[in-house]
Amino acid sequence: MSIEQDEIEKIAELARIRVSDEQVGELTRRIGDILAMVDQLQAADTEGVAPMAHPLDATQRLRADAVTEENRREAFQAIAPAVENGLYLVPKVIE
Amino acid sequence: MHELTVAQLAKGLSDKTFSSAELTRALLGRIRELDGQYNSFISVDEAGASAAAEQADARLARGEGAALTGIPLAHKDIFCTDGLRTSCASKMLDNFVPPYDATVVRKFREAGAVVLGKTNMDEFAMGSSNETSFYGAVRNPWDTDRVPGGSSGGSAAAVAAGLAPAATGTDTGGSIRQPAALCGITGLKPTYGRVSRLGMIAFASSLDQGGPMARSAEDCALLLEAMAGHDPLDSTSADVPVENYSAALGDSLAGLRIGVPAEYFGEGLDAATGECIRAALREYEALGATLVEVNLPNTGLSIPAYYVIAPAEASTNLSRYDGVRYGYRCEDPEDLHDLYTRTRGEGFGEEVKRRILVGTYALSAGYYDAYYNKAQQARRLIAQDFAAAFEKVDLIAGPTAPGPAFRLGEKSDDPVAMYLEDVYTLAVNLAGLPGMSLPAGFVDGMPVGLQLVGRHFGEAKLLNAGHQFQLATDWHQRRPQTGGAN
Repeated sequence: MSIEQDEIEKIAELARIRVSDEQVGELTRRIGDILAMVDQLQAADTEGVAPMAHPLDATQRLRADAVTEENRREAFQAIAPAVENGLYLVPKVIE
Repeated sequence: MHELTVAQLAKGLSDKTFSSAELTRALLGRIRELDGQYNSFISVDEAGASAAAEQADARLARGEGAALTGIPLAHKDIFCTDGLRTSCASKMLDNFVPPYDATVVRKFREAGAVVLGKTNMDEFAMGSSNETSFYGAVRNPWDTDRVPGGSSGGSAAAVAAGLAPAATGTDTGGSIRQPAALCGITGLKPTYGRVSRLGMIAFASSLDQGGPMARSAEDCALLLEAMAGHDPLDSTSADVPVENYSAALGDSLAGLRIGVPAEYFGEGLDAATGECIRAALREYEALGATLVEVNLPNTGLSIPAYYVIAPAEASTNLSRYDGVRYGYRCEDPEDLHDLYTRTRGEGFGEEVKRRILVGTYALSAGYYDAYYNKAQQARRLIAQDFAAAFEKVDLIAGPTAPGPAFRLGEKSDDPVAMYLEDVYTLAVNLAGLPGMSLPAGFVDGMPVGLQLVGRHFGEAKLLNAGHQFQLATDWHQRRPQTGGAN
């Protein structure tokens, strides 16, 4: 399956990755190559085969609903790009 | 000292032939002197390593040492280290200093091991040549014009060049085994869930597994004993007891059945590499093992299935890099959308972007069944091939990689050609099995690796088979010419 440049632009928007106009052509070609390789899957007979999401077919374990973590807000905020009064700062969202 | 194995170093420390402080100083000196040629480290922690070595010597003097007390090692820069920058070889995390240790890092610290620094890798572990690192390519100590393999290329090169006796690595599709093969060292990818993933920066969570890289199977056994075990903080970590891997190393291989899959010796395998692997298999026959032909008919599906599943999981995992809580943030964002898109556009390298986009596509509305679901079905077919083979054999053997190390730049322009490098390793991750690469010869002066694959949680048998091979051969004792003191 080939992929068009406008589809790459749409996916890049979904993935929140800015792609420059100079990059998009090359990116479309490379991703087209990868998808062409991946298309070999379509020839496989997978009728009735259950999809395998976990290599040991394990399911998620449950634990007791108890607080086990200590509050380390200061340590986590110390490595953030912009914080103020214990809050993470982002550009204004609501006008 | 720099050519000794972990087992030999542990003996030297307990015999007081040298102290951990002396050993650590010697290795830090070699790194300073030689790593300009290899670029195998992203960060070197001279102060931390020296302090840890002093503490280890005090602990040894009190008679309280454990197996790895005072042993220097390096961590792949994907494992979070409290207070020490952990970049994942990405601009995105160039400034990231974790406020906690990965479970693997904590376990080694508690054992008294000394962390020399953090090794270079492909960005976010996405690559097979260590050329996608934000910090530049790593060079193979056997020939610095060639790649060390990837993604754990810095760990493999550091061990091969005598800069560290051992290192940690991670393996999502071959990232421990393939660089181990290309650099002539021993590397083990354990069963999925054997080693905790807490604090190991996530690439593809149903495939990622940490493991040891060292100069012998015996060393890998010692390291795995320290690394492995159930971790309540990793919900996918296996609650299965850790075996005494060292105790099983001496077992005889008489009667061992080794499966040889025809699919691993077909088109695409370099002829001289294939000869090395066949010679290694004959060595196993001489050790008492029986070779049995097996078939893994869905091998051809492993590359396409992997390159849907791994990017899909990566696109989800890497959505956390948003420029808000830690890591890179673009300058002067106009609004929140601009903050996200420009931070990610500027912070990620080309291969990482490609994989996020492929994964986003495979998971997007209208394509989920054709790609993601289909790949998960193919994954089960691949796992079933192994299950059927393991009804007849104890281990499966073949090449680790299709050929020896290639030249820098040779495949970096063609992602699909690069992906073929992992043709023999990917299926093992898809099936969650343990796999190991052992040095098994040379082609034109470059090392070749033999891959052994075991049953789920069959690490003891793999390490036993590796050790017996290394008692009978000396490929693992060959060292590249590196220059440098001591």
